[in-house]
Parts: sequence; C-alpha cells; structure tokens
Amino acid sequence: MQSLEGYRLLDFGTALAGPQVGQLLADLGMEVIKIETRIKPDGLRLGRPIVGDDIAGGDDGKWLDMQPMFHVTNRNKLSFTINLKQPGAMDVFTKLVKISDVVLDNSSPGVMGRLGLAQADLEKIKKDIISVSLSGCGEIGPLKDTLVYAPLIIALGGLEGLLGYYGDTLPMNLAPGYGDTNASMHGAFAVLAALWHREKTGEGQHVTLAESYAVTNLIGEAIMDYNMNGRIQGLQGNRHPVLCPHGNYPCQGDDKWVSIAVDTEEEWKNLCKGLGAPQWLADKRFADKAARRQHWEELDKLIAAKTMNYGMYDISEILQKVNVAATPVMNCEDQFSDPHFREREVNVEIQHPIIGTEYVYNNPMRLSDMPPTIRRPAPSIGEHNDYVLKDLLGYSTEQVADLVAQKIIL
Amino acid sequence: MSTRPFAGLKVIEYGEYISAPYCTRLLAGLGADVIKVEKAGGDEARVNGPFPKDIPHPEKSGLYLSLNANKKGVTLNLEKPQGKDVFKKLIANADVLVENNIRGYMDGLGLGYDVLKAINPKLVMVSITPFGQTGPYKDWKAYHINSCGAGGMSIGTGDPAREPLTMPLSQGGYEAGLSAATGILAALLAREKTGKGQFIDISEVEVWATTHAGQYVLTFLYRGITGIRRGTHGPQVYPCEIFPCKDGYVSLIAPQIEQWLRFVEVLGTPEWTKEPRYRNRRAMAEDYPDEVNALIIPWMMARTKEEIMKLCQDKRVPCVPIYDIAEVVNHRQIKAMDFFVELDHPAAGKLKYAKGPCTFEKTDWQWQTSAPLLGQDNEKVYCEQLGYTQKELAGLKKSGVI
Repeated sequence: MQSLEGYRLLDFGTALAGPQVGQLLADLGMEVIKIETRIKPDGLRLGRPIVGDDIAGGDDGKWLDMQPMFHVTNRNKLSFTINLKQPGAMDVFTKLVKISDVVLDNSSPGVMGRLGLAQADLEKIKKDIISVSLSGCGEIGPLKDTLVYAPLIIALGGLEGLLGYYGDTLPMNLAPGYGDTNASMHGAFAVLAALWHREKTGEGQHVTLAESYAVTNLIGEAIMDYNMNGRIQGLQGNRHPVLCPHGNYPCQGDDKWVSIAVDTEEEWKNLCKGLGAPQWLADKRFADKAARRQHWEELDKLIAAKTMNYGMYDISEILQKVNVAATPVMNCEDQFSDPHFREREVNVEIQHPIIGTEYVYNNPMRLSDMPPTIRRPAPSIGEHNDYVLKDLLGYSTEQVADLVAQKIIL
Repeated sequence: MSTRPFAGLKVIEYGEYISAPYCTRLLAGLGADVIKVEKAGGDEARVNGPFPKDIPHPEKSGLYLSLNANKKGVTLNLEKPQGKDVFKKLIANADVLVENNIRGYMDGLGLGYDVLKAINPKLVMVSITPFGQTGPYKDWKAYHINSCGAGGMSIGTGDPAREPLTMPLSQGGYEAGLSAATGILAALLAREKTGKGQFIDISEVEVWATTHAGQYVLTFLYRGITGIRRGTHGPQVYPCEIFPCKDGYVSLIAPQIEQWLRFVEVLGTPEWTKEPRYRNRRAMAEDYPDEVNALIIPWMMARTKEEIMKLCQDKRVPCVPIYDIAEVVNHRQIKAMDFFVELDHPAAGKLKYAKGPCTFEKTDWQWQTSAPLLGQDNEKVYCEQLGYTQKELAGLKKSGVI
C-alpha cells in the first residue's frame, strides 16, 4: 500500500509550479490525472525536445511525448485529454469530479472560474471537494493579474533583493526556478492539510497560494530586522549573520569550489588544523568570532590560498574528518555521479517507451514503511483516456468513440 | 471559522534553528498542539539576530520569534536518565516527533525511532539531517551554505568571474522543514488507514538536489550543460535579465516570442529591434546579452520601476520591480492580502509576523500566542499534562533535568 493511495487529484497544472505539486503527491501514491488537450497541452510538452535528433521519431507527432523536463514533473501521473470548452464535455467531467478529492491548478486567477470550475461550481458537483490554486500574487489585491515567472516571483517576494555579492547593489539572477519550486512544495503541503481537515470534519474548501508571498514567508529574519530596527537588509553575498568564516572557496580544476562554514571556536581551531595553518590561531585578527567578522575579507583570501591546492572532494573529506562543515559545491554532473547521491538514488533510472533509459530526480520525502516510488514514466498525451472513461466512469467502447467523434475527447 | 485542521494533533519538536521549527510552525499555525523541547541553553536560534537595537538577548531573537509562535516551550535535559523518562512520557501521548539533531544523536540517547515506536506505535517521527540517514556522507557536517552548495543551488548563481553565491537567509532550513511537514501529513493520512506511524528521513541536501535543482541533471545528461554562472543574465532565450532603472532594478523575462514582440512595442519599436542580430533570441542570450542590454538600459534608466512594471504588465510583458524588504512589507498587495498579523511578546513587544504561505478559505492560519520564553510551559506540560506533582517538578529542576 502507498501512503496516499485512495485519493484522486485532477491536475490542471502546467509548466513547473503546478505539475510538481501533483508529482510530489503521485510519488506517494495519490492517483493524479493530468487534464489537458492536444490543442492546449502542458507547456512543457511543447518545443523541440532536448534529447536531440538521433532519437527515433523526429517530429512525426511524438515530440509531445519526448520532453525529459515534462517527464520529470509528470511521472506516476495519468493523462486524460478532454476539451472542456466543447459542448457536452462538462457532463463527462462532472462525473469525474464526483469521484475525485482535489482539483489543482496554476492558471491565472479567473481561468478556472471561466471554465465553470471555481470552488463554488465544484461544490455543486461534489460538496466536500478541495481546490488548490497557485498563482503569482494570489486571487485578490492590486497585483492579482500580474504576469510572472520564477525569477519575478522572488523579485516581488523580497528574496531577489537579498541575492548578490556583499557590498554590491546589483542583484544576481538565481539560476534555479526557486519561485516555482518553493510554491510547488508549499502546494503539496496545502493539499494534504486540506485533506486532513476534510478527514476530520467532512468539509472541503478552496486554498489559494500566492507564489510571490510564499517566498516572503521564508525571509522572516530580514522582515524582523526591518520591524525591530527599521533596517533594510541588502545583498547578503555568502555571509552569514553569525557564522564566520562562511563561504565558497576555490579548488583545483575549472570552476570547482568548496563551501566551508564555521560556527564554534572548536570548529575554528579544527579548520586551522585541517588547512595546515596553525599560525592563524595566534593571529589577533582572528582571535574570536567578532574579530574574524571584522577581518572577513582578509580571512577569505587566506582560506582561498589554501583550498586552491586541493580538489573539492579531497579538501571536503580532510575537513570533515576534523569535524568542520565542508562540502563540494556540486554542479549537475557532480551530482549525477556522486557516490552518496547514487547510493540514495537521488536520480532514478526509468524506462520510457520512446526515449528509452531516462533519469528523473527522486522524491525528497523518504517515508520508511510506504516510501515514495516511481512506478511509471510520464504519460503520453491522452494515454489514459480509456482508463478514465471506461474503468472509472463506466462508458462503453461505442460511447467513447462518440465522445471522440464529438471532439470532447481529443 | 471552522475548527482548525490540526486541532488535537500532538506534536513534539526536539529541534532548533530553522528546519524543525519551520516544520512545526506550519503545523502550529493550523492548530496543532506543539510542545517545543529545548536544551538547557535553549534553541540555537536564540543567539541569532536580528535583535532590537542589535543588543543580543535570548528572548528577543527575530529568527527565533518568527519561527516559534503558537508553540508551548519546555526545557529538558535528555542526557539525564530522568530526562529520558520524561521524554518517553511526552512521546507516549504524541502523534508526531520532529527533530533535527545530528544523525545518530537520538539513537545514542536510547531514544531512536525503534525505542519510541515500541512506546507508541502510532508515532510519526521525522529526522532532518544534511545528508540523510544512509550513504557515504551520512555523518558529514553541513550548515546552510554547505547543503546549498552540495544540493546544486549555488554553482549556477553569481558572476562567472567570481565565487558561486548561496541562497540568502538559510532557505535550505525552510525547505527541509517544509518537506518534513508535507511528509508528516502523508504519513498521518496513511495512519488513518493502517493505525501505524512511520519514520521519515529528510535530507536537506536532497531537498535541494531533487525538487529544486534536480531538473538541471537533465540539461547535463542531454546537452552536456553543467550550468555556468551568468550574472544578471538568464540562459537559453533572451531576455531573462535584471535591468537597472531610475530608482533601482527590475527583473524581466519573456520566454514566449509574443511576449518579446510586445516588449519591443513597449520600447517603441526602435530601429535596432528590426536587425537580424537582435531577432535571434538564443544567440542574444548565449553570446551577447550585455550588448542587447546596453540598447535597452537607457529606456529603463529614464523610468522608475513602478512605471516600467505598469508599461510592461499592461501589455502582458512579464516584468516586475526587485523590491527591497521595506517595499515588500509596505506593499499595497501585502496589505490587501492581510499578510501580517501582530503579536505581543512579553520580552520583545509587539511585532508583525507573516501569517502563512497560503490562504485556506475555511481554516486559515491563526496565531494566538507569540514564541515561548525559555521553559515557560514546564509546569503546564509536566504537571497538568504528564501528572508530575509540584514537588516532583521542583526535584527535576534541582537535579538539572529541566
């Protein structure tokens, strides 16, 4: 049995933030049915696949099913293609809502309402339905219609203004799509919290997640500093309010770095020992935390002059042996081949009918008795139309053919 | 308002700093009865600022205050045999235990999951560590900058000529705590059917390497791209840029061609935009983003960030200001959303707190009490809930157990 077996979620998610919610839950056993159409598939199905020209099929209609990015955030899901704008489609969809628990979307505010799928509409179909909507700035307020993507989410939310080199004013672009991925993880929490509430009270409800302000929720220290002292914190660089030294230092090789962080005096002593620099212990500039903070830049330079003589893995191991927090700054190639990540299956090998062997990242929630599993690759578009229509909703083969003829299913 | 979703759920937190406290903050804000168990000196976050007027005080740490509202606070020394007995009594009554001590610490105390499960088979226990419970690096020490680096979040961020940048303000702790809270809910929903708890292993590095940065493994596998830093530029398609303007910076991205064409219109369709060199958006992103930026920056510098946002968003071009903390806190959107709630703390006074990361229509976040003073609920929890007498409580205090 799976942890979330028995729950069904109808997934209107597109791109990253929405679909990753369903993916996190599908890994734990929830039945997640992706609702899309061939005329408007999930945006991540579109474009030229990054798998290259040597993959059999080329562009003979298979591109929709050849996108590794799509496969990662949609593994374990089912695909049902229904055009809700076609007359008669809602009769079919209503039957599906009746046997589902959650409707999830990350469309612009108002889109679900125009489809006749706002919470009030859904409740008429199934009284205890839960709907969870992710959007850039939420469903109320002057910014509700603001068009955003991940980098803009963290700009509005206050995180981007903290991201850059200490002492500079120019913020740096954050490479990963954190605005989206933070929203998806909070979205998964919201779905389960609403389900728990329904288990206890029988009550469904609507949940709104404003992606920009889900980020603001995580910068409490800076907000408190403003509240308490009126101080507006600027670019943080690699500095920490308490720990010092605290940085990414160069190592042997092209763009190789080790991250080192020191909290206690014992760790400081061990760092000096580990880097072969006992003379630092007698240096007044580094006598205690406060002194080290005062001479931050000089200390960083001295540490860098030491670390650059080592490989990033070697120096990490040397420092870890003396109980200093030091780890390689990994890129995706390092992560893919790292022995620790391999042993813990951070990337999982799966078989896809068109791509063949492919890798998807694992689920971070490792439950002991009913762990997340990757049971099937991402669905090809419309792959589960028969399952939904016949097995779940009881339509006959003839009725299904009729729905296809009416372009309700496409 | 209906009952709060986690009313009646009993949660024990034996953790500190950010990850475990953020996990239980999510549960406490939705009604769970959270007992925060602190060591003698208290949660490490108490020594972290910000502090009012920058004067350190264990009851006034902004970090601690922002993470621990609605919780009861007790002190307990688990190194002492009596302390272990008290802890076992707490666990016997609990639904959930959240801890973020170093790996093996709970086992070493004789309070590992196997022992606690025997006391309470319904217990859901989460351990949050940097690298998880298994694997070659399981005992590696890591603070936020380390987990961010190993998790793949740093290498691509920053100036290509300088060192990689970590995420601001220990985001890794929050994300690990969030994964823990979500895992707990999955385990609790499963428990409704099986009657049994589970152990949940959360690795902070892994949270980064999967949910947040895992997609980059694909660009390596299929394209051989390992992700060099691009400063203020983005990869693949121009523009994904940070621009200076009259009063600060804006962030602009236009992944869809229509969005770029509309931005060109917003710019007034200058002549250069008609040249072939400025129509190849892939080359513009990969090879000469600075050159293109130089053509756009004068337009930006003549306008404020709010003007630019309005001009762009009115044409459905994704562009917004990069707000500083004051601009976020005082924003009309934050006000419309009723984002902050004010709580009065006996030592730190009245402060504004973020309500929560989402809005529940019927069962929204409710913040009733500010963060606990060190050991403030010892009597309430140990005497009223566990049944110790006042005399026994005094004995526990005297022997350094609490």
